[in-house]
Amino acid sequence: MSNVPAELKYAKSHEWLRAESDGTCTVGISDHAQELLGDLVFVELPKVGRQVKAGEACAVVESVKAASDVYAPVNGEIVAVNDALADSPELVNSEPYADGWLFRIKADDASAIDALLSAADYAAVASAD
Amino acid sequence: MLIFERSRAARRAPTQAPLHAPVSSVPERFRRARPAALPQVSELDAVRHYTRLSQKNFSVDTQFYPLGSCTMKYNPRACNSAALLPGFLDRHPLTPAPQAQGYLACLHELQQMLGSITGMKGVSLTPMAGAQGEFAGMAMIRAYHLSRGDTARTEVLVPDAAHGTNPATATMCGYTVREIPTDASGDVDLDALRAAVGPQTAGLMLTNPSTLGVFERRIAEIARIVHEAGGLLYYDGANLNAILGLVRPGDMGFDVIHLNLHKTFSTPHGGGGPGSGAVGVSERLLPFLPLPVVAREGGQYRWLDERDRPRSIGRLSAFAGNAGVLLRAYVYLRLLGREGVRRVAEYSTLNANYLMARLKEKGFEPAFPDRRATHEFIVTLRRLAKERGVTAMDVAKRLLDHDMHAPTTYFPLLVPECLLIEPTETESRETLDAFVDAMASILDEAMSDPDRLKGAPYTLPNRRFDEVRAARELDVRYQGAA
Repeated sequence: MSNVPAELKYAKSHEWLRAESDGTCTVGISDHAQELLGDLVFVELPKVGRQVKAGEACAVVESVKAASDVYAPVNGEIVAVNDALADSPELVNSEPYADGWLFRIKADDASAIDALLSAADYAAVASAD
Repeated sequence: MLIFERSRAARRAPTQAPLHAPVSSVPERFRRARPAALPQVSELDAVRHYTRLSQKNFSVDTQFYPLGSCTMKYNPRACNSAALLPGFLDRHPLTPAPQAQGYLACLHELQQMLGSITGMKGVSLTPMAGAQGEFAGMAMIRAYHLSRGDTARTEVLVPDAAHGTNPATATMCGYTVREIPTDASGDVDLDALRAAVGPQTAGLMLTNPSTLGVFERRIAEIARIVHEAGGLLYYDGANLNAILGLVRPGDMGFDVIHLNLHKTFSTPHGGGGPGSGAVGVSERLLPFLPLPVVAREGGQYRWLDERDRPRSIGRLSAFAGNAGVLLRAYVYLRLLGREGVRRVAEYSTLNANYLMARLKEKGFEPAFPDRRATHEFIVTLRRLAKERGVTAMDVAKRLLDHDMHAPTTYFPLLVPECLLIEPTETESRETLDAFVDAMASILDEAMSDPDRLKGAPYTLPNRRFDEVRAARELDVRYQGAA
């Protein structure tokens, strides 16, 4: 069974989100998602400053099997991206919740974060795959 | 080993040696100062090198090739006959139409036959490949809306089961792509489609049968929903093999279709082409067809150009498609005739359903067990992956040791650990049974010795490739002998 940290929020489409102390949120893909994709060979990240809507495709993770969109979990502005992934996409596989993060987003409305899935709810989604 | 590594100074094949006659018509400044760095080998060196390379290939001529969604059928040798006629081989592409009546007659008949098979009003043979056919089709949809002053249509709908080329095409034509989900039985989710259509909808791109190996049963309803919203229906012809002579996209309500002559109509396929992405259209898109097309007037054939079709989306290549490929498709259809065309669909679906039933018997899990297969079907190895750690890729690689090409793996993306299997109509029952036996023995191995599968293939010139490293550290430049 894959790792689903209890302190994070999740989207059905396999992104995780962590609210940081500076008011931004860090977003990545779950351990389960990286397992399904297999070894990543390329990650395309959004431009900093881009406004995104919840559910909007804003990054691409590409493995030897497939290229998949990553969706913004909430409405907001992209405020940072993980540049290290350009040279080391494998960080998403080895540390999906730490150095393998994808981007930071400033949510328009903090209550949208609460509406995301809890770890327990997401674990149920993941085990149904 | 590259042929450059076989090179020895001053060794040459006399028949291939360059002429030392002066090439006076080429201006001095365009002539190379040093000879090209070509490998220096004897004729026999060259023959052995390329024959050995060809023996390392898998091909339809040598092995069963059930590569789903690709229709790797056998191309009868007879299909080459017209393309090898000296009169056609030596024809200059700018030969005036009165001196090219035979060639134009073949193209005109091919246009007519493809129109009749698909239920379309007009056909253009000019797109040089499937992707160009898709581009032409979507460009015509765009031209149609714009010709009516309808500039609000900015969105193209694409089911999530579609080939990746569909969203790519829509994007290339300036549209935003909206994905439509698939329901549990493999059909387009109609509620999601109804919710998605509107005055912003330019069209829907659909493959029917879909890439899930099932026929979209509610196609009439889908056509109604899209047309009522003012959108047009695009047919991706990738899976036309399953319905040839049985159902026509035109009758299902499609407005534009692209055909892969290199799949369905038995022209050479793979290795980069040349392909052909002929397009067909309904009445309202006729003025926009890419040029040139062949017309027959008073018993004579001629090219239609911009003066005849001022609203055409234009030209896609210098001349009119890949001539040799079109002539092969022409002969294929003339050999089959109306009856034969229908048998293609009947046997390709019979073969697929036979394989699906026998693999199920052996313990494989069809992705849509309640649906009849079209000309292809999906097996999911999700249980095997979970319980034995054996992936679709491991099974695919092991099939190579059984001297069979692997089916398509990991496509469509909707089905985990999937194999998309398309036997085609040209395989015998004995070949199909041999494939079932191979798959059954691999399944046994997965139970008794899963690690053995992880190391496959064992019998080929190269073992398992490191695909991750190949993608991360792509290196395709020859650096000289090591």
